[in-house]
Amino acid sequence: MSALGKVVRAGVTRRRVQTLVIGLATMMAVAASVLGGSLLVVSGAPFDDAFARQHGAHLSVQFDAGKVRAGQLAKSEDAEGVSSAAGPFRTATITPRSDGAGPGWPMTVVGRGDPGRDVDEVALLDGRWPSHSGEIVLSADSSLLPTMGMKIAFPDLSGRPTLTVVGVARSVTHTADAWVVPSQMPALTAPGSGGYQMLYRFTDAGTAAQVTAGGKAVTKSLPPGTAVGEQSWLTVKKTAERDTAVYVPYLLAFGALGLIMSVLVVGNVVASAVGSGTRRIGVLKAVGFTPPQVVRAYVDQALIPAAAGTVLGVLAGHLLAVPVLAETEEVYGTSSLGVAPWVDLAVIAAVLGLVAATALASAWRAGRLRTADALAVGRTASAGRGRWAARLAGRLPLPQPVALGLARPFTRPARALAMGTAILFGTVAVTFTVGMGASLGQVMKAKAHDAADVVVPAPLPDFGPGGPGPKKQPKADPVAVATAIEAAAGTGRYYSAATVRATVPGLTGTIDVIGFTGDASWGGYSMVSGRWIDRPGEAVVPSPFLAATGTRIGDTVTLNGLAEPVTVRIVGEVLDPRNDGRQVFTDASTLTAAHPDLRETSHHIAVSSGTDVTGYADTLNKDLAPLGVTARAGGLDAGGDMVVTLNALSAILTLMLVAVAALGVLNGVLLDTRERVREIGVQKALGMTPRQTVAMVLTSVVVTGLVAGALGVPLGVALHGWVVPAMGDSVGLRLPGSVITVYHGAELLPLALGGLLIATLGALLPAGWAAAARTATALRTE
Amino acid sequence: MTMPVIELSEVSRRYDDGPPALHEASLTVQPGEAVAILGPSGSGKSTLLNLVAGLDRPDTGTVTVDGVRVDRLGEAGSALYRRSKIGMVFQFFNLLDDLTVTDNVVLPARLAGTARGEADRRAAELLELLGIDRHARAYPGRLSGGERQRVAVARALMNRPALLLADEPTGALDTAAGQDVSRLLTGLNAEGQTIVVVTHDLALARSCTNRTVRIADGRITEDVRSQDVRSQAVASQAVR
Repeated sequence: MSALGKVVRAGVTRRRVQTLVIGLATMMAVAASVLGGSLLVVSGAPFDDAFARQHGAHLSVQFDAGKVRAGQLAKSEDAEGVSSAAGPFRTATITPRSDGAGPGWPMTVVGRGDPGRDVDEVALLDGRWPSHSGEIVLSADSSLLPTMGMKIAFPDLSGRPTLTVVGVARSVTHTADAWVVPSQMPALTAPGSGGYQMLYRFTDAGTAAQVTAGGKAVTKSLPPGTAVGEQSWLTVKKTAERDTAVYVPYLLAFGALGLIMSVLVVGNVVASAVGSGTRRIGVLKAVGFTPPQVVRAYVDQALIPAAAGTVLGVLAGHLLAVPVLAETEEVYGTSSLGVAPWVDLAVIAAVLGLVAATALASAWRAGRLRTADALAVGRTASAGRGRWAARLAGRLPLPQPVALGLARPFTRPARALAMGTAILFGTVAVTFTVGMGASLGQVMKAKAHDAADVVVPAPLPDFGPGGPGPKKQPKADPVAVATAIEAAAGTGRYYSAATVRATVPGLTGTIDVIGFTGDASWGGYSMVSGRWIDRPGEAVVPSPFLAATGTRIGDTVTLNGLAEPVTVRIVGEVLDPRNDGRQVFTDASTLTAAHPDLRETSHHIAVSSGTDVTGYADTLNKDLAPLGVTARAGGLDAGGDMVVTLNALSAILTLMLVAVAALGVLNGVLLDTRERVREIGVQKALGMTPRQTVAMVLTSVVVTGLVAGALGVPLGVALHGWVVPAMGDSVGLRLPGSVITVYHGAELLPLALGGLLIATLGALLPAGWAAAARTATALRTE
Repeated sequence: MTMPVIELSEVSRRYDDGPPALHEASLTVQPGEAVAILGPSGSGKSTLLNLVAGLDRPDTGTVTVDGVRVDRLGEAGSALYRRSKIGMVFQFFNLLDDLTVTDNVVLPARLAGTARGEADRRAAELLELLGIDRHARAYPGRLSGGERQRVAVARALMNRPALLLADEPTGALDTAAGQDVSRLLTGLNAEGQTIVVVTHDLALARSCTNRTVRIADGRITEDVRSQDVRSQAVASQAVR
């Protein structure tokens, strides 16, 4: 081994704590970056790839067939900005009944002679395209759980047509739930209903404004009111990316925290290594090492542990990415998502480059030091910084070790600043994570609407074709259930919620319409804006519904697919991320005429004060048993894989950041203690006990920890205030104050003291080392 | 009979696999004595001083100082013992550069929990006694070597120790300053302070102590009173 190699190896192995700190800081930065980078890539790539391959429609527009002719629509292809178009295709919204099952949900069927090519080329996943009437291709996303050869009947239509499933396909822009040949459409269209679908691609469609402009251009030459709904590819993309998109701002925040901390800690550790090794540098130069060799020695001492940390970080990043990518795969229906190799390479190159640059900047100083100056270090008197602090602390009515410790940071302000910054970022991470947990809890609470003490869940709806098995029980009569609840002793407030499916112009597929009987405003519904419903005909809807339909509070919306259309006025915006926000909440009486039989009803009860919830549920269940339903204590399940994943990721990343912060402190205090070993020896020789030594060393980080904690908490709160709304935006949710304003005074104090805890954790080891150091040895230390 | 201040009995100390740094050493120092421990480098004199100061523990034998079995003390007990029973003066002063002269001097008293006001009063008395009261608010870095060693002596006397241990107290001083410190130690001993000085400086031993203990290869080879020291010095000069 060369002389330089021996020096590097000795530096790495002798300074184990510094080596460990560099390695761990790098590992954390790499893991967070690999995870964040991978999510950024997979959140966009599958959709973008599929959209480009299938020439997805930038805009699909639904027209009223009674108000416009096909020939007029065909001419809209020539509108300004349209690069290509497909259609017009006949459409119908009809309710199927599949083999052996009850009625399904309304579906949008489109008549197309082929899968298309230039615009919205439908990807055939299984089977073939229908060649004649009587055949149908189902969307892979269909609620009917597509099975080849399955018969689907439409008993509500005249002639009661029955179609055979001959294929399964997917449109990247979700333009239909099913496709048939155009000649089939008349049989699927009730007189006076039905519509046309036009699919457009524009020369410019990168922004919502450009898509909107394109939409205006194609409808300009058509009679007003003919377009009854439209869907932008940007909306579909956002929906497709919703699960991964929600991670991105969160991971960006953690990734940025990790990177900044890594730069700080690695920079500090390397700079400290150079600073504390000045005499060693002098010796190296005295025996003949050239300045470039000294620089290389110190850069290598940083790069070796950083390289090890990078390898471990890549592994950790891949392991952390597994559960997140697994969820993403479900979203896109793929099974091949993984960490892109170029993400690994980019992160490795960037982090190692960063470490090398930081080390080089610090080591450059070492190379320039004059040999005589370097050798003289340690023999000269200290610069005398912080004497005022020592004088001031000495006058305080505090035990002497505490006074000595309090003054210590002022003698090495740069080191104290570096430690403080590490603690600051650790505190920011903890504060941010606590807030994230609380916010996600609030979102889940809003999702579950679980304010009720006791819930009688609704019977499950029918899904797809039925199989062999026991005959299904008739669904419970909600009126009988309500009567039993009202009669039960201990019932306080009570409401029921019935769910039906409907379609809305402009939206493909169905939405859930929830009709309440009784006041449901106390049931855990968080209002973002507007007010709760208080009369029939009013509705509140989630933010994504408003965005997807282009409506606002005060607008009306028509619910189709029921026995008759129902028009409701939107009076409020509610937080509800379920079903992509495709929900409408209204009073049950609004739906009476259109859907008299509201059997899918859940019942939500708040027991009166002093009533034992479990006892109440047990008693109620005796009355409900004959009705075939069961009450259970507690609200609906508030769990969610995404939240579990996010909370787990938060905990892991926070622990990593706190560990790095504590290691930064440990490194700083250890260097300080080593430098002061003789001084500590003198103090011990004068009668300082081990406990007093520990107190002195721990006190030396108290001020730093308190200040960093006090600054870190508001910064963490600010970061949370930026990230949480961004997460909401990424999935099309506007969040109410209850989700964003989650910090309370009582929580902030312990969080601020968290800085002190991090500092104390980091200083404990050096304090113990100082207390255990042999006084006689310390006194001999040069 | 007066209880001895120091009583070492059959004390041995060995570091790792090396030869014994101290081998079955026995020594008794009475109150008011001034004892010089003489010997070349590596002879075992610093080991002996560390054992008496409670900075190290013997492998065998007993160390008793002012009635305290030092060899049985743990780390905390040793610290409390040093704080109450002994004062230490070092070759390189070991003053804390960031503290003023007064703050250095009051340190042992403050560690013992003495109130600041009381400690300040005691420090002022000592600084005046040692003739350095004008430097009370100065920092050690601005003092001469002799002045710094006087500050170190003041600090060592702060808690009124039964025993003053000095490790090469003139080793880092020029001749004049060394003589100044020697006179200071002589004066303290004249007032009844028991002193043990570890040195290889025969002149210092002769000037400020009344008993000399020689150590070589970890063994006490000689233990003579002041008259004998002077006789040996004359003999040595005659040989040269």
